[in-house]
Amino acid sequence: MCTVCGCGEGETQIEGHDHHHHDHGEQHGHTHDYGQGPAHAHAPGMTQSRMVRIEQDILSKNNQYAAANRRYFQQHGILGLNLVSSPGSGKTTLLTRTIDDLQSDYAMAVIEGDQQTANDAERIRATGVKALQINTGKGCHLDGHMVGHALVTLKPEDGSLLFIENVGNLVCPAAFDLGEAHKVAILSVTEGEDKPLKYPDMFHAADLMLLNKIDLLPYLDFDVARCIAYAQQVNPRIKVLQLSATTGEGMQAWYQWIAATRQMALVGHPALAV
Amino acid sequence: MHEISLCEGVLQVLQENAVSQGYSKVKTVWLEIGALSGVEPEAMRFGFDVVMKNSLADGARLEIIHLPGEAWCMQCSKSVQVSARFEACPECSSYQLQVTGGDEMRIKQLEVD
Repeated sequence: MCTVCGCGEGETQIEGHDHHHHDHGEQHGHTHDYGQGPAHAHAPGMTQSRMVRIEQDILSKNNQYAAANRRYFQQHGILGLNLVSSPGSGKTTLLTRTIDDLQSDYAMAVIEGDQQTANDAERIRATGVKALQINTGKGCHLDGHMVGHALVTLKPEDGSLLFIENVGNLVCPAAFDLGEAHKVAILSVTEGEDKPLKYPDMFHAADLMLLNKIDLLPYLDFDVARCIAYAQQVNPRIKVLQLSATTGEGMQAWYQWIAATRQMALVGHPALAV
Repeated sequence: MHEISLCEGVLQVLQENAVSQGYSKVKTVWLEIGALSGVEPEAMRFGFDVVMKNSLADGARLEIIHLPGEAWCMQCSKSVQVSARFEACPECSSYQLQVTGGDEMRIKQLEVD
């Protein structure tokens, strides 16, 4: 059993952790039978059933883990970014390019989420940055609990950039806070320009949208202006940057956004500000 | 979207409250689900029965209370009803809407033994 939170067996695999994450607490197959209701009650005139007001968010458990992660990031001046997109939007390529270009400026670490394989973490490690793979098994998203465990193993440096590459999925990761400072949605121009409307929750939750693979625009029938208008329709506050991780076009604006955002993460940590 | 995970979240809350509220069996669960929460009530019902099996809520009844989507329209300066995030204000067609309600997914109350 896990010593951090007491979780038991399950399907998620976190590299370097020999235990697994499981959501349902105990399920030892025991059911207690307390009779069929008032007729079986021992106290005459009293019903066994009663109402309990809970008023608790379904995601409250996840939100507690996320809040703990957020506290950890704050204490250590770490900028945590949650990268979300469809599969195949070029997230990992964008990340390896970003790491190559910024490695001399910042300490960095990466948490990779995929259903299976450690291929992406290996691609990141090839850049020289430490990376940890979380395999969610059948799970469709990372949650606050998995990331909390990953932090224990990964131990990102104080003042570092932590990229959390979520499972490629525009639906589920929208609702699960990981404790990140910002969700960054990556959309590539080889996808439909109306994705922000088709998956509004994700684009609503993101603070930044990176429109990737713009080097392919001449070969495609993709209306950039319309795509941005759709994103702003769902989320009037969203910022949009156009770039190509392959050619490097537009990457400077992304790095500028990272630098500015990191300054916010370093507020209160004068020693880490460089 | 991920209704099975959400049902597991419900079960965790039920298990945690079992100790503090002193119950060992859950008979009915009332959930408040907003129109903008991204939760599909039918998938929730399906996942609920599966996830609650062999737990303290095995066979429990699920009651879903639907809450409408509400937003504040900056142009009209009033609250309006919306059914999706990308919808325009039904009165002035502006997209300058701030969602104010309907994104809930909350466990409201339980009937327990």
